[in-house]
Amino acid sequence: MCGIAGLIHRGKSSNVGSELQGMLQALKHRGEDSTGYALYGDTDGKNFIMRFKVGENVGEGSSSIMEDVSVYDERKKIVDQYLAELGAKVLKEERTLPYSLRYEISYDKKDLLDFSQKIESIPGVEILSMGKSLEVIKDLGNAKAVCDRYSLDKLVGTHAIGHARMATESGVDIKSAHPFWGYPFSDVSVVHNGQLTNYWNNRRALENKGMRFMSECDSELIAVYIAQKMREGASLEEGMRDSLTGLDGVFTYFVATSDSLGMAKDTMAAKPLVLYESDDLVAMGSEEIAIRSVLPQEIDTYDPFDGEVKVWQI
Amino acid sequence: MANLKTSEKKSKAQSMGMHSEVLTGRTQQKFFNPDEAENFYYFGTYDVDFNKRTDLDVKDMSAPEANKEIDNLMSQGYGTIVIKNPQGKHSLGVGILNKLNLIFEGSLGYFGMGSCDGPTVRINGRVGWSCAENLMAGKVVIEKNAGSCFGAAIRGGDLICKGSVGARTGIDMKGGTIIVGGDAGAFTGFMMQRGRIIILGDVGINLGDSMYDGTIFVGGSIGSYGSDAVDADLSKSDQDWLKRKLKVAEIGENFDVSKMKKIVAGKKLWNYDNLEPTEKKGAI
Repeated sequence: MCGIAGLIHRGKSSNVGSELQGMLQALKHRGEDSTGYALYGDTDGKNFIMRFKVGENVGEGSSSIMEDVSVYDERKKIVDQYLAELGAKVLKEERTLPYSLRYEISYDKKDLLDFSQKIESIPGVEILSMGKSLEVIKDLGNAKAVCDRYSLDKLVGTHAIGHARMATESGVDIKSAHPFWGYPFSDVSVVHNGQLTNYWNNRRALENKGMRFMSECDSELIAVYIAQKMREGASLEEGMRDSLTGLDGVFTYFVATSDSLGMAKDTMAAKPLVLYESDDLVAMGSEEIAIRSVLPQEIDTYDPFDGEVKVWQI
Repeated sequence: MANLKTSEKKSKAQSMGMHSEVLTGRTQQKFFNPDEAENFYYFGTYDVDFNKRTDLDVKDMSAPEANKEIDNLMSQGYGTIVIKNPQGKHSLGVGILNKLNLIFEGSLGYFGMGSCDGPTVRINGRVGWSCAENLMAGKVVIEKNAGSCFGAAIRGGDLICKGSVGARTGIDMKGGTIIVGGDAGAFTGFMMQRGRIIILGDVGINLGDSMYDGTIFVGGSIGSYGSDAVDADLSKSDQDWLKRKLKVAEIGENFDVSKMKKIVAGKKLWNYDNLEPTEKKGAI
């Protein structure tokens, strides 16, 4: 089933970590296999923040293979070595969990394709996000469990999207959890509710164009599809509109960039979305109760129609 | 009548020891008898007084707790119940099987007012997916917007949304009337079998797709027609009925119904099994 939620504050920052946690926790009945956050924090915009994993959470319910923690250390060492070779300087390093790391990096090149390919050439290493304000945090468990594990409730920013997952098409693991980073674009993330039926056809075509897939989760296709469209020169909104015909199946998805947040709904409107829009805040989720967690007062909400695409700026 | 002989030979099942039970006691078949009071008892109904009014704050209640409390209040004779702080909770007000004035001061989530038979409901907010699914009788008025599958499979009653509704409004409906003051999404009237849908605004693609019967009236533009949905002439009696219905619904009273489009089933799919192969292609 899965649940998605997102919000964007226009003209100000807020405690988006805590707000998104409340929205996703309200949707936990739609899936608790994993929960993911894409948070756009207040930063000076000078350095990159790289969230990456060197292994999987092999806790209860996980479909991943148990590995010795020493393997994680080995992988981390190679990452550090490759970063040095790429000319990237690690300014700050946080290891929240043995398999999950956050690096603040000084890196002056704009093209992240070579960078990402080199880092991800290390088996077992995946960049969850790379950007100057984006941080993707995803792990097994419900929204509160993940928020507590990564101390996300204090994170201040302008906008955020998130996902509560019930695994249906692929395994219960971090690599299949949402949000997906719009590799190799800085600060692009995607969450999706639905099923895509032309996943393999699109995947083969995109892989032939040099795009990478880290999981076998159909939702990852949306991030890669839109990233490819943007690579070809399309704007975010153009890429999203194109996806209405390029992607087959049922879907409602959100895409966020450093300064915008968008939603798209398939032409059959088969997946739910409730939307609240005001001058200073847009909040949306699979169910109204998600919005109610940040706006308990009586408000006007509506369902976007079939084939609708909307994009908001901060 | 032929003189049929009963066979002495046991069937295979009987020879295996099956069919040996002796049926005794009361038959499962029920016959109506006007002298028996139980024939007039409708499970889950109460005698309520509409002038007996109370408020119920459901802010800290789960949906089952709130519904149980509504039932409890009806059993005490309350005929007008005002629900405070519904806050988008799912499945509120379901299964009410008697006359009742129910007012929600706020919005409902999914499946609100499902499987009801008789109440008059006003929701001063929005409703999520599948509002009033399987409504048998009564009136449900939504002051704001509604989600998809609005009035799915309703059998009777009036379901009114003053705002816009999502996709698949009136899907599988078998009676009753749905009235929408604003726009409606894709697949409105999908597989409807009876009843009427009135949309004052625009509708999305595939209107009336695979409808068996029933009528759809549209005031605005139509995205596209679904399989087997066709235009029909809007008669004088249709217009009179529309005026009356909109007036009773307190919605679009000044709307020019003479310009509405009337859509019905072409009934090619309805007779699908009787069609020749070449005709089947045409029907689809």
